[in-house]
Amino acid sequence: MNTMNKEPEQSDIEALLPWHAVGTLSRRDTHRVEEALARDPELARRYALVRDELGETIHLNETLGAPSAHAMEKLFDKIDAEPARKQAMSLNLGTRVAEFLASLSPRTLAWSASAAALAILLQAGLIASVVINDKSAGGYETASAPTTDPGVGAFTLIRFAPQASQDDVTKFLEANKLSIASGPMAGGLYKVRVAVTGLPKAELANIVKKLQQDKVVGFIATTE
Amino acid sequence: MQTTSDEVLIVRIAGGDRLAMQVLFARHHVRVYRFVLRLVRNEATAEDLISEVFLDVWRQAGKFEGRSAVSTWMLSIARFKALSTLRRRPEQELDDETAERIEDQSDDPEVALAKKDKGAVLRQCLTALSAEHREIIDLVYYHEKSVEEVAGIVGIPAATVKTRMFYARKKLSELLKEQGIDRGWP
Repeated sequence: MNTMNKEPEQSDIEALLPWHAVGTLSRRDTHRVEEALARDPELARRYALVRDELGETIHLNETLGAPSAHAMEKLFDKIDAEPARKQAMSLNLGTRVAEFLASLSPRTLAWSASAAALAILLQAGLIASVVINDKSAGGYETASAPTTDPGVGAFTLIRFAPQASQDDVTKFLEANKLSIASGPMAGGLYKVRVAVTGLPKAELANIVKKLQQDKVVGFIATTE
Repeated sequence: MQTTSDEVLIVRIAGGDRLAMQVLFARHHVRVYRFVLRLVRNEATAEDLISEVFLDVWRQAGKFEGRSAVSTWMLSIARFKALSTLRRRPEQELDDETAERIEDQSDDPEVALAKKDKGAVLRQCLTALSAEHREIIDLVYYHEKSVEEVAGIVGIPAATVKTRMFYARKKLSELLKEQGIDRGWP
């Protein structure tokens, strides 16, 4: 860098000195200027001139005084003469949201945006993996049973005992790997899937016989 | 203690909150006044202009998009109004001001005394700069505006901001030299 050049030109670094003195440079430019100042005594001397200018400019402006107290009165007289705002004086939801966003520092906003973007990416990834897995399985699953068709499987009709609580019924279904396919129907009957594939009548009858032993079951019969 | 940010105040002002307007005015009116006063060089005019500037803030708060700091936005409004006023001012008034400025530079006993104080001479030379140069020096040093913010307020490219600042400082050096202070730059 040739800071001894007497032509009315300046280096990029020298051009930044006034802003460096005030502290309004980016971190990168600040670093560049500090490095240049450390290795170039002439630039450091010129920086001292900039600092003199800065101090005296502040001094000069601070001695300019201030407007009279009437300035605010004049302003509010003019505001009072303005037509009424369409918007209500109280803060509506939109204002509150805007106020909240405005209250966030740029750094907070940046972090929030990054976190939101990450969350969206994660969600997208999860959804994509579910879709891919479903496709590889060759179909979709209902929440109640691992089958591609709610009409496929082996079923029974069950009416639960009146004294059985919801908790009792839930435990009974889990313990026997059953799921409710539909219901309740007339008479308080539920169509309950006992297997995801069709079963021989004898095997289904055995299952019904076994389930009938449970105190939760008031009535049970095979069905299609 | 956390203070309400200018951006929040603007949102409230857009909703018609007069108290928020008072807070914003109290926070910025002196600096806006000084910026305008350095441009128009008339205290009564500067005082009238700041009420106009803040009235514009009241009216346009709902349109503020937060692309710049609120103070930068207000200085842009202030600059526009100050320049509009200067354009309307009669030529005679401008001539009087020019004469006044020339007189200020005269080497009377008071100035001669001031010469003993380098700072005082520097301040005197700062007042003798052209409006364009005064403006950029004030925006950078007193109003602490970045290159990009000055570019936004003055309406010139960032590269021109740096060049204009350089020439303002160069002119300052020339004025100082005329007053017997050689800074050895540029």
